[in-house]
Amino acid sequence: MAERWLWLLIPWRGAWTPRSKANGQEEERHVRANDREYNERFQYADNRIKTSKYNFFTFLPINLFEQFQRVANAYFLVLLILQLIPQISSLSWFTTIVPLVLVLAITAVKDATDDYFRHKSDQQVNTRQSQVLIKGKLQNEKWMNVRVGDIIKLENNQFVAADLLLLSSSEPCGLCYIETAELDGETNLKVRQALTVTSDLGTDVSRLAEFNGEVICEPPNNKLDKFMGTLYWKDNKFPLDNEKMLLRGCVLRNTEWCFGMVIFAGLQTKLMQNCGRTKFKRTSIDKLMNTLVLWIFGFLICMGITLAIGNTIWEERVGRNFWSYLLWDELLSSPVFSGFLTFWSYIIILNTVVPISLYVSVEVLRLGHSYFINWDRKMYYSKRDTPAEARTTTLNEELGQVEFIFSDKTGTLTQNIMVFNKCSINGKTYGDIYDEFGHKVDITEKTPCVDFSFNPLMDRKFRFHDSSLVEAIKLEEPLVQEFFRLLALCHTVMPEERSEGELVYQAQSPDEGALVTAARNFGFVFRARTPETITLYEMGQPVTYQLLAILDFNNVRKRMSVIVKNPKGQIKLYSKGADTILFDRLDPCNEELMYTTSEHLNEFAGEGLRTLALAYKDLDEDVFDEWMKKLLFVSTSLENREERLGALYEEIEQGLMLLGATAIEDKLQEGVPETIACLTLANIKIWVLTGDKLETAMNIGYSCNMLRDDMNEVFIISGHTSLEVQQELRSAKERIMGPSREKLGSGLDEDKTDMYGSDSVFEETIIAEYALIINGHSLAHALEADLEQMLLDTACLCKTVICCRVTPLQKAQVVELVKRHKRAVTLAIGDGANDVSMIKTAHIGVGISGQEGMQAVLASDYSFAQFRYLQRLLLVHGRWSYHRMCTFLCYFFYKNFAFTLVHFWFGFLCGFSAQTVYDQWFITLFNIVYTSLPVLAMGLFDQDVNEHHSLRYPSLYRPGQLNLMFNKRKFFTCTLQGICTSFVLFFIPYGAFFCAVRDDGSHISDQQAFAVTIATSLVIVVSVQIGLDTNYWTAVNHFFIWGSLAVYFAILFAMHSDGIFSIFPSQFPFIGTARNSLMQKSVWLVILLTTVVCIMPMLAIRFLRAVLYPSLTDKVRLLQQATRRQGPQEQNLRRVRRTSSRRSAYAFAHQQGYGELITSGKNMRAPTSSNFVFPVSPPGRVNVATSWIDSMLKKKGDTSNAVAMEKTTGVASGTEMSDRTEPQGQYTQTEEV
Amino acid sequence: MKNEGEMANRPDNTAFTQQRLPAWQPVLSAGIVIPGFVLIGLAFIGIGVALFVTSQKIQVLETDYTGAEQGSPCYDCRDTSVPCVCRVNFSLSKLFEGPVFFYYGLSNYFQNYRQYGSSRDDDQLSGYTSAFTSPSETCAPYQYNSQKKPIVPCGSVANSMFNDSFKLYHVVNGQPRPVPLDGKGIAWWTDYNIKYRNPTVNGTLASAFADTVKPINWPRPAYDLDTTDPSNNGFQNQDFIVWMRRAALPNFRKLYRRITEGDYANGLPAGNYTLEITYNYPVLAFDGRKKVVFSNVSWMGGKNQFLGIAYLVIGSLCIVMSVVMLIVYAKYKFPEDEL
Repeated sequence: MAERWLWLLIPWRGAWTPRSKANGQEEERHVRANDREYNERFQYADNRIKTSKYNFFTFLPINLFEQFQRVANAYFLVLLILQLIPQISSLSWFTTIVPLVLVLAITAVKDATDDYFRHKSDQQVNTRQSQVLIKGKLQNEKWMNVRVGDIIKLENNQFVAADLLLLSSSEPCGLCYIETAELDGETNLKVRQALTVTSDLGTDVSRLAEFNGEVICEPPNNKLDKFMGTLYWKDNKFPLDNEKMLLRGCVLRNTEWCFGMVIFAGLQTKLMQNCGRTKFKRTSIDKLMNTLVLWIFGFLICMGITLAIGNTIWEERVGRNFWSYLLWDELLSSPVFSGFLTFWSYIIILNTVVPISLYVSVEVLRLGHSYFINWDRKMYYSKRDTPAEARTTTLNEELGQVEFIFSDKTGTLTQNIMVFNKCSINGKTYGDIYDEFGHKVDITEKTPCVDFSFNPLMDRKFRFHDSSLVEAIKLEEPLVQEFFRLLALCHTVMPEERSEGELVYQAQSPDEGALVTAARNFGFVFRARTPETITLYEMGQPVTYQLLAILDFNNVRKRMSVIVKNPKGQIKLYSKGADTILFDRLDPCNEELMYTTSEHLNEFAGEGLRTLALAYKDLDEDVFDEWMKKLLFVSTSLENREERLGALYEEIEQGLMLLGATAIEDKLQEGVPETIACLTLANIKIWVLTGDKLETAMNIGYSCNMLRDDMNEVFIISGHTSLEVQQELRSAKERIMGPSREKLGSGLDEDKTDMYGSDSVFEETIIAEYALIINGHSLAHALEADLEQMLLDTACLCKTVICCRVTPLQKAQVVELVKRHKRAVTLAIGDGANDVSMIKTAHIGVGISGQEGMQAVLASDYSFAQFRYLQRLLLVHGRWSYHRMCTFLCYFFYKNFAFTLVHFWFGFLCGFSAQTVYDQWFITLFNIVYTSLPVLAMGLFDQDVNEHHSLRYPSLYRPGQLNLMFNKRKFFTCTLQGICTSFVLFFIPYGAFFCAVRDDGSHISDQQAFAVTIATSLVIVVSVQIGLDTNYWTAVNHFFIWGSLAVYFAILFAMHSDGIFSIFPSQFPFIGTARNSLMQKSVWLVILLTTVVCIMPMLAIRFLRAVLYPSLTDKVRLLQQATRRQGPQEQNLRRVRRTSSRRSAYAFAHQQGYGELITSGKNMRAPTSSNFVFPVSPPGRVNVATSWIDSMLKKKGDTSNAVAMEKTTGVASGTEMSDRTEPQGQYTQTEEV
Repeated sequence: MKNEGEMANRPDNTAFTQQRLPAWQPVLSAGIVIPGFVLIGLAFIGIGVALFVTSQKIQVLETDYTGAEQGSPCYDCRDTSVPCVCRVNFSLSKLFEGPVFFYYGLSNYFQNYRQYGSSRDDDQLSGYTSAFTSPSETCAPYQYNSQKKPIVPCGSVANSMFNDSFKLYHVVNGQPRPVPLDGKGIAWWTDYNIKYRNPTVNGTLASAFADTVKPINWPRPAYDLDTTDPSNNGFQNQDFIVWMRRAALPNFRKLYRRITEGDYANGLPAGNYTLEITYNYPVLAFDGRKKVVFSNVSWMGGKNQFLGIAYLVIGSLCIVMSVVMLIVYAKYKFPEDEL
């Protein structure tokens, strides 16, 4: 199965830009089949995909070039060069080059590994095999060798290698079925049909090889649903459209083979063009860090200038005399020049304020955090054996700052599995189980399932828990039988029986599949169909029904019916559809049953199930014959065929007898409502962006608790023109803010940028809950420049936003809109190729992995198998990462300031001569050896609040969103702390050493002893400080903190030892200093004093802040400590109660059904696998059907529009009636369950 | 498809990977912080008192002999171009407890100036004769003399070696009686025994210095620094080593001699003393000052008021802070159940 994974298609989010403009703007594409020479003239992209950046030889130069483009690295290179100038070199060259080489090496290794994996995945994609027709023979070729104009043979379940024009297929009429889940997220099958002229080519390789048609078509673009072109062949022109195209990323289904001609290849395929631009994502902290580094750089220059001026003055006043004494006047001619040189010397000396190891440490931290995500068992999905994966290692801390989540629906929130869950038959519900006391039992994984072993044709995956229904079936209760008979007959599912008893249903929508499967398991097995008949196995007995008519579903009718004649000769009409629709068409004698069923429907709907009502009717043969005549007449008519057919259907679907209702569960992914509730508590706004239709989206909205009945209002925007959309948005906004506020609101529109502040205040003050649902075509208008602000304003006022029927590009646009106008971190989560653009656009992209398609995962920054892991990813990992990163940065800046600014103070006492305070080795090693590991350990392991409490108090997430833990203010605070520390570090030893001598009377106040004292104090102070910053002392922290101190002393004594001095006398001039100074009690007293003076104020401030202005974190920490003392307590799990009572009116296909296709017999395979004799269809029927594809395609576009129109009116009527909170007029208001 | 039972990708369930490492999670609670402050405060006050008392006990006698002011003893010796000797008299009213240390002090003297400090050649000073013929670049302009001969020891630090010398007389019954000054072991042991090494060529120190010249300001070459004690010559000369250990701050004192011998082993008795100074070292040009300091020491070194006072101040501040924190805590403590 592995080769089916689409991750072979787009391997890595490389640096390529999809719109390659190498050969100028292509105006029109000419492709001639089987003519490589001709096609090569146009230099179309081939099918090779390259996402890697380097090869073996270019790695070093390119990588170094890239690395030195980073400001910090370039800065250190400049420093290095400065240090080589003897006049200004105040530090040895090794102080810079050692850290720089280390940093460059670590980065290079990381880049090399990344690129290696890119190479590997490129390779995998490019070497996939496909059968290409070359020189009249089918040959296996690698994907990368496929050229435009080649003819390719595809087999069932294969991925399409490039954008193909379908030429012929194994199915009749050149039909083939594809699954486009990777492209648009819809899992239902789609039909493509080849031109008749080409489908005649069939599988005849020689004829295909002779095919030399030329296609002239549009240039590569990213429109998935449009294609314009013409085929010129044998002096004829044939128009081509999207219905003849197989796009890269689709999977061929239910079709043995097909042939196609490559039109677009590689990066020019629509899939690739749709992938959006790959951007290098950077976190906001990254950007802030860069700004801060620039500031620090400015600060450094200021210090340099100050000290240079100081030097000039000093030389003028003091030094001049000093020089003459020391005979130096020949060296330094003027104080100003001396000041100039001093400036550069100080730039070198103070360079450590710009922390070189910062970037590399940050990378290490992020890598570590990514590994923790990868390792997290609580984000591992055992059913699919998929662990969570951090695919981008640079974004972790941003996970702690997310404010907006954009979620896909299908596959992300839902499993896209429909399950027959409950039913109501003749006023009795089935599906719930009760214990002996009559209490309802929660159905869990462990609940025993009904045994269907009586039925050899059952589907093993089907689960049902209520055994009373099986008993009813076994008792042969006629209505129950009729119920399942209906389910087995009234549908447009295609069966496929690969071997005896192994039935596979090919349903156009999962709902239908679920219903037919249910019937199958309850003993009414739908086994085969012909255009004329349907064969069921009713309790093991084959029964063949004559299919007389299919009254197909469409979204105006909201029902479908079949008319069948059973073997006894009775004609029956079976109907299923939306309850409201069917109830209107019932026979009056059903009233009581209707009442009970309605109750049941409410109950089902309250549990978020998708319901359907079922009814039947016995037809009189005469009546039917008459009706059938009318039908034949109407279906051949040309004018208003649709309406007239509709009226005719309406005519016969009257006086129905109610059978009951079904309830299908659109299975949510596990834990979705809980996760959404929790994320909402963390003040994260969740927007659902789905390609699905409005009803389905709303349904899911209700079932995952995003939409609730107690919401004040649900606005549905589905206008078709810009003006309508504007009006709808405005009225929604007015209703939310009240008319008085609207004035202010319009002010917002004009003065967008300045009003952010008050805007968010608004958002906070609105207590009422609103929801906004917007349709794709309205969204297109709303996203235009003049409306987008209004859209955003309105949307941000709502608790829930659902966008349906959106294209992949629109998803990205919505994300982009929020990204652009709200300074908030956005996260997009999805599973399909249609989510790729959104995933790439958002600050953080999350892919749901473990499904068949891997597109989203490959484009994503993080991937895991279940939506619910998002909660853990954000609230635990994200929060920790953010916390750790912020503490880390604060400490890092603090440490470097404390370390470096000592030189600044010393400048005033050493004639501004750029004399270093410390030993040069100390300067070299301080950042990379003495102090790097404790802070890394803190940055890797720290937990201010444990995972449990992080999840329990989602408000702990708030500081991250508000960017409270590291911002410019924090930066100033920590640098100020660093400056104060450096001041203390210098002036306390200064005071103490002013006239100090050793206890044996010899002097101690020399430069080297002074250096050792300050360095030791510094190392101790920063170690104590990191100890204070560490909330979570693991063994590693202990080891690193104590270890660093130990290593400091070890290295100190080693470098001041006799041995090393005797080897390199001029490199280690500090011989003996450590011994001589650290033996002195007074030196230790100075160190102790310095440490206490540096630390105590910090301690006091922290304590007082925690007492006076305790943050939630402080409180939770105290609580946590308290609970730790008491031992673990049992935690009550928060359960989210579904409060929705919305009647999910129908659960139906996305498009019009296959009814016509079935009755026409067009998609029926030759009767090879079946024993049944297929009667030849009457010619009239075929006529009806020939136009099937055209009409279906035509209607497809209208479907959503029609639905949308209805909703608009629904809103209108809904809003008029103040007591109705129901969003849609046609649904009945129901009680809360 | 993958076997469901197989969990090849399942992350390891270790405390490390699951971030459940056992950890000490300290919280800055009132129960720790306030007593901590009190304890540290008390300890500091204790140390402060000890330091202060000890420091008070130390006797220090300091005399500026620069001769900057008219009428001061060495006023006439300001011009260092001619050899000059001046005398400074002082009297002790009580015993100056021994051992007494004799320092010279310089102020406004920037031994910590970068170019000054780096103007030396450590290779040379550790006796590598290769560095004798070609001294380090950093020594410039005291690398070669005008005849391009290498200077040994090269560099500003060596060149500017302090060369005033002192003799101390105890005036007993009007008669000056020399106080023995001990010049041994005034430098750090490591410096004298490891860092500074004398080269020997052909068995003598002097021949190692052949083809080199003495530092410009020096009266005699390095191998002849101490005319009285041949073993105290070359780089392993105590005064030279003391000088070469550069001071960190512009005002500094360096140990000159110890008074440990004879009648003065227990200190300088009360009485009158005369200090005879051979005044060579010019400091007035850069507004410097020279002084001599007599001092005794304690366990904490020389007299140092700063540390004692600093400890007392910080200790008191800690106590004050703890009181403040206690009050604030008592008043504003949030109830723990309010979450």
